[in-house]
Amino acid sequence: MIETIRQPWPWYVAGVLIGLTVPALLLLGNKHFGISSSLRHICAACFPARIPFFQYDWRREAWNLFFAGGIFIGGFMATQFLSNPEPIQVAEQTVNDLRALNIETDHQLMPASIFSTEHLFSLKGLVFLVVGGFLVGFGTRYAGGCTSGHSIMGLSALQWPSLVATCCFMAGGFIMVHLIFPWLMKLI
Amino acid sequence: MKTLTKENIELITTTEEQPVVVQHPLECEAPNDQLARENWTSNLKYTVVGILFGIVFVKAEIISWYRIQEMFRLHSFHMYGVIGTAVITGIISVWIIKRFNLKTLQGETVVFHKKEFHWGNVIGGLLFGLGWALTGACPGPLFAQIGSGFLAVIITLLSAITGTWVYGRLREKLPH
Repeated sequence: MIETIRQPWPWYVAGVLIGLTVPALLLLGNKHFGISSSLRHICAACFPARIPFFQYDWRREAWNLFFAGGIFIGGFMATQFLSNPEPIQVAEQTVNDLRALNIETDHQLMPASIFSTEHLFSLKGLVFLVVGGFLVGFGTRYAGGCTSGHSIMGLSALQWPSLVATCCFMAGGFIMVHLIFPWLMKLI
Repeated sequence: MKTLTKENIELITTTEEQPVVVQHPLECEAPNDQLARENWTSNLKYTVVGILFGIVFVKAEIISWYRIQEMFRLHSFHMYGVIGTAVITGIISVWIIKRFNLKTLQGETVVFHKKEFHWGNVIGGLLFGLGWALTGACPGPLFAQIGSGFLAVIITLLSAITGTWVYGRLREKLPH
C-alpha cells in the first residue's frame, strides 16, 4: 500500500481529488475554492497602507490562510514521508529542448540550476523568482483569480469569464515558453 | 469594474430563503459565504483540506517546474489530464449540490456567484501565464514547493505578494 502511494500518482487520481476540493470546501462551510486571494489577505493583514482594495475584514476571510497553510504542511509531509525514491521522469523532447537552452534536467521536482538557494542573488534568480513571482501575484489578482479560482472553481460553476481567463493563462504560458524563453536564456 | 462601496465591500444577498447580507471584499474569487462566524479552531478543517490538497500536488508532481514545461511544450498529457479531470469532477459536484440542494455542515444553502467579465481576465490572465511558465507555479503550488523544501521559492512568494499589493495600489488606473 505505502509503496503504491510513494509512486507518482496518475493524472486521473490527482484530477478527481483536486476536483473534489470544490464540493469539500462548499459543503464544509460555503467556501469557494481559490488560493490567490490568500496573497491579498496577507496584504490586507500586513500592509494595507490605506489602499481601498485592502480595506476589508480579512479575519472573516482567514479560512483561506488556514487552507494555504495546509498546502504548505501537505507539501512538507508528502516530501518527508511519501516521496518517490526514483528520479522524476521528464518527457525526452522536453529534456532536449531544455538542454538546448542550457537547462540540465536533474532528478528533483525543480531544476537546481534555477531554484537552488545559491542562485538567489544571480540574474537567473532575479528573473525566475522575482520577476516570475511578481507576474504571478499581479496577474492573478488583475485576472480575478488563478488556476484554482478560475480554471477549477470558475469552470466548475460554468462561468464563461473563467474560461476566458483560463485560455489567457495558457496563452501567456505558451508565449513565455516558445517566444520569450529562447531569447531570455541567451541573456542570462 | 464594480465601483467601491464606502467600506470597499461587496454586499451580496444570499438566497431567497436566507435574505441575509454577507460582507465580501470586493472582487474576491474565494469569498467566505458562511453566515455563522468561524473561530480559530473551526478554521482548522480548511487546514486539513489544504494538507490533503498539498499532498496531491506533490505526489502528482503538479508542483514540478518540468511538468509545467512539458505542458506548454505539448510533450505530455499529464497536466491536461489533471486539470480536465478536476474540472469534470467539479462540474458534476456543483451540479449535484444544486440539483439536490445540498446544505453545508451548518445547514446553510450553498451560495454561487456569477462572475462578471472584465478586461483584467484577459490582461491579467496573460501576465499570470507568463509568470506561471517562469516559476512553474500558480499560487497553490508555491506554498507546496516551499513545504517541499525549495526555500528559494520563498522569494517567489514574497514577490507574488508584492505583485498583488502593486495591483491593489494601481487598480484604479488599470483598464478593466
